[in-house]
Amino acid sequence: MRKKLNEVNSGKLFLSGNEAIARGAWEHGVHFASSYPGTPSTEIMETIGKEYPEIDAQWAPNEKVGMEVVAGASFGGARVITTMKHVGLNVAADPFFTLSYIGATGGIVIVSADDPGVHSSQNEQDNRLMGRAAKVVIFEPSDSQEARDFTGIAYEISERFDTPVMLRVTTRICHSKSIVEVGSRVEIPVKGYTKNIAKRVPIPANARKMHSRIEARLKALEEWGCDSPLNRIEMGDKSIGIITSGISYQYVKEVSPDASVLKLGMTNPLPWKLIKKFLDQVDKVIFVEEGEPYLEERIRSRFLVDGKGSELMSVEGELNPELVRKGIKDGENLPLTFGEVALPGRPPTLCAGCPHRGAFHILSKMKASSTGDIGCYTLGLMPPYNALETVVCMGAAIGVLAGIEKAVGRDKMPKLVSAIGESTFVHSGITGLIDMVYNGNTGTVMIMDNSLTAMTGGQENPTTGKNLRGQPAPALDLEKLVLACGVKHVRVVDPHDLPEMKRAFTEEFDRDELSVIITKRPCIMQYKPKRKTVAIHDPEKCVHCKLCVKLGCPAISWDAEEKIPIINEMLCWPNCNLCVQVCPRDALSKDLEGVV
Amino acid sequence: MSKVKNVIICGTGGQGILMASEVLCSAAWRSGFEVKKSEVHGMAQRGGSVSSHVRFGDRVNSVLVEKGAADLVLALEKMEGLRWASYLSPTGQLITCDLVIEPMTVNTGSAVYPDVEKVIDDMKIPNLMIPVVDIARELGNIRVVNIILLGAASRHLPEISEENWFKAIEERVPPKALEVNKEAFRRGKAL
Repeated sequence: MRKKLNEVNSGKLFLSGNEAIARGAWEHGVHFASSYPGTPSTEIMETIGKEYPEIDAQWAPNEKVGMEVVAGASFGGARVITTMKHVGLNVAADPFFTLSYIGATGGIVIVSADDPGVHSSQNEQDNRLMGRAAKVVIFEPSDSQEARDFTGIAYEISERFDTPVMLRVTTRICHSKSIVEVGSRVEIPVKGYTKNIAKRVPIPANARKMHSRIEARLKALEEWGCDSPLNRIEMGDKSIGIITSGISYQYVKEVSPDASVLKLGMTNPLPWKLIKKFLDQVDKVIFVEEGEPYLEERIRSRFLVDGKGSELMSVEGELNPELVRKGIKDGENLPLTFGEVALPGRPPTLCAGCPHRGAFHILSKMKASSTGDIGCYTLGLMPPYNALETVVCMGAAIGVLAGIEKAVGRDKMPKLVSAIGESTFVHSGITGLIDMVYNGNTGTVMIMDNSLTAMTGGQENPTTGKNLRGQPAPALDLEKLVLACGVKHVRVVDPHDLPEMKRAFTEEFDRDELSVIITKRPCIMQYKPKRKTVAIHDPEKCVHCKLCVKLGCPAISWDAEEKIPIINEMLCWPNCNLCVQVCPRDALSKDLEGVV
Repeated sequence: MSKVKNVIICGTGGQGILMASEVLCSAAWRSGFEVKKSEVHGMAQRGGSVSSHVRFGDRVNSVLVEKGAADLVLALEKMEGLRWASYLSPTGQLITCDLVIEPMTVNTGSAVYPDVEKVIDDMKIPNLMIPVVDIARELGNIRVVNIILLGAASRHLPEISEENWFKAIEERVPPKALEVNKEAFRRGKAL
């Protein structure tokens, strides 16, 4: 058995950025962590949960609650961390902006994991702009070692300057691995709670004073930043000076190892004196940063330098060595020996056995669709279902459905339901449902309960009956909750029972009142069947109708020559029999007896 | 200072790409190199294309392999190697498993799975096609496909000793599966 990482007190480990942040938090005496999962940040909390029992860690229903609980724990004198994806900070923005005014009793680190390139998100916002607007300190590590080191420094800075520190990382930092020198945990006593109304109640009279204090804090931090190890000048060829931060620094060193570089590890407040010193020594300036031209605009407007950046590379997507080489070296790129080949795309799909497939299959058959939300079930938009047509943010499936009805009226309402997962419903769908009840909407909300926060890799949530460390916890009863909101018609359906699923949609589409369908079946990640059964196809009975293929199951492909389906035995899911149900001639069969 | 080695391992979700790249990283680290790797989680896991970039050498900066600089592209799925072939350097080598996993776009008839061998021949891409399915069947374990591929790759990575490969494999497979994995590695290496 491998040792838990809390038993490793020195030496080197091969860690992802996320694992390194967890490590940094543990080594620097963090007591408490609360967050909602979100790619690419999720593994920070998972690592804490698995490897570092000294940190009390829990999943919050959403990012806002996570940040509020962490704020309270800081008021109680504990060192704390909360982690989220970039759009998670939008949810937590309310506490975030005011927590900056209030400051930190126990050190506060807020991890914002941005997703340039939109690998698994709905936008690619650059949260350095959020951090600056909230007037908090921003640190940007450029590899796993810095992720660990900067997390440690963040706690010292947070407590010394009485400020939350935002650790801004990106997908390539979170999910890249490199070698990290580690140390042991230093226990920091919890300071305890002391009443301090002037500090923690931002009524206008106090808030004005708090704002003054923040401006002074930023000035002091700016001075600190000029001598800090986080910001450094690496002098080389003086004809070009490159100003960079985060992962972009590594691309610069890769393609232009001899250039002069100003590497900024702290990007708010900016160390103006150090920046001036650098600008004075180089002939030309290039900004290399992923996301918005944040450094470029701030530095150019302050010093009126003629520097370029965003127009040489891009504000869209991720940077990479090719783009940086092209930007720094006047369009030069490595010669390509083999060209790109046009190939069929390989988009993500619902897994074989996925509980969501039944619901989307029926919606699609009924020529109905859904207002969607954030989760695996967003894939309901893909062919062959084409059964999801809007996504805004966590929880919006419900508000959007309500709003369409308000615009077009009940009579002209298209055949739409809200499609929202149970974790997303708890995150921020409940308030939308209350709105529908309160403001007299009709329509149907489908809560797709797969007993897991699945899209982010499978985490527990308040409905699953387990906490972050897998221990028993009270399970929120969605049916009772929905009834308590004032919805009169609630039904629970197994989405793999296709006739029942169809009946549910048919009846609810006809109803002139608001209703909720809870589709309940566990995610395949959650459920490990004891016996392996696969669908068997009988070519004698097959009428070549392709209905099974139209389920969009990755375990079923079509043999165009024989005109029969091929079942991939490795992928076929033991307790699923959707293909058996759709086959009109019993050509598909499955022995489900004894599979629990 | 020796040149940094650039390796891309690609395929589809659930094929053991991340495990293969962990083994390669561990073997390279044990051989005294600095190692970095990068991959993308999230959406890619739902049956989509998955890739992992591994770079090792005396000093490594970027976590991503630059287009046109890959020494090796290792494909666990037949078509996926082609997707990354443009990353190969002029002296780069493609190693492809003959395992076909049709994407949903092909399944639903909106795209056609290409004749991979023909495209590779036409483009004159240096490629080693591995009959992984046959080898894995002979070994009685379909899960060792990724280790067969690493075995084949090991001939192009002489700076990593067989001992370090085996130690890296040992770290990541259960004791009862160790022998079959070592045999899979040897079979790949012998190709």
